[in-house]
Amino acid sequence: MHEIGIASSILDCVAAEVQRRPGAGVIAVGVRIGELSNIDKDALDFAFEALTRDTPLEHLKLEVEWCPRRQRCIACAEEFSVHDLELACPRCGANHSTCIGGTELDIVYLELEEPCAKS
Amino acid sequence: MREIVEKKVLSENDRLAGELRQRYREQNILCVNLISSPGSGKTALLERTLASFTPAHSVAVLTGDIQTDNDARRLSGYGFPVRQIVTGGTCHLDARMVNRHLNEMGFRGPGLLLVENVGNLVCPSSYDLGEAAKIVLLSVTEGEDKPLKYPGIFYRASLMILTKTDLLPHVEFNPELALENARKVHPEIEYIPLSSRTGEGFDKWLRWLNALQHKVQQAAAAINF
Repeated sequence: MHEIGIASSILDCVAAEVQRRPGAGVIAVGVRIGELSNIDKDALDFAFEALTRDTPLEHLKLEVEWCPRRQRCIACAEEFSVHDLELACPRCGANHSTCIGGTELDIVYLELEEPCAKS
Repeated sequence: MREIVEKKVLSENDRLAGELRQRYREQNILCVNLISSPGSGKTALLERTLASFTPAHSVAVLTGDIQTDNDARRLSGYGFPVRQIVTGGTCHLDARMVNRHLNEMGFRGPGLLLVENVGNLVCPSSYDLGEAAKIVLLSVTEGEDKPLKYPGIFYRASLMILTKTDLLPHVEFNPELALENARKVHPEIEYIPLSSRTGEGFDKWLRWLNALQHKVQQAAAAINF
């Protein structure tokens, strides 16, 4: 259950970014989470809602791109997603590959309200 | 209107971990981070490890617990500085906690810093503590499929220690299967089976620590030049 800590770190980052853009309304924050990050979707949603309730970020949406584990074959450089922990290369069958994705835990973007034209 | 941010969620922890890593390099400290389920034998491993050192060794222990200081009390009788980090409910150690307690303990290198994380196979795997290696413990009273259930930590750990091997005759645990599962998740993971009760396997464990220390020192020397 470290989703509260993760949600809290996401919100700290959003708050810092908002501070750099005075007056900008934030609609959503986009994050990228790899399957090796051990984040549970429901627990993260729950934590995010709990931490934003009755705050200025109450209506902030959390948009998550879930990333599978990706490997690159050492023999033939094929890049593939891993299903059921099958690490053998689907192209050449070699058993050695390096992990190139699946550990992501990144804030990718902020969705901001369109700025009003100044009169 | 979308603005690209591209930032690590745990960037603040990563920044502090980077500072710790630099301190370890400058002071020639080898830091390892022990992670396992509750009851897998982290504290017992540390007890026997500390007992194998002489007072000439420079060693310190930071031990994490959600609620009690029982572990620090167990570990304090070996003549080395031990400090309990009571997280007050938090299920993992983070770089800020390690930094604060390291400062308060006043441990300076060169030496070995053993960090015992909170008993948990999930959350500690996400938090970089600036360590040279994460070490995952699996005891023979657990299931061989733990690496498949918790791939995050087995992927990130450099070493898997199988603990309580003295109990193998009494339990239905297949070490080969456990290792096979760990290597499905992390083909390069190293493996040491041992018993903190009988001491079997400890020579290998201490040699592993020594070899890691040499590797880290060489890497630090290369950076300093």
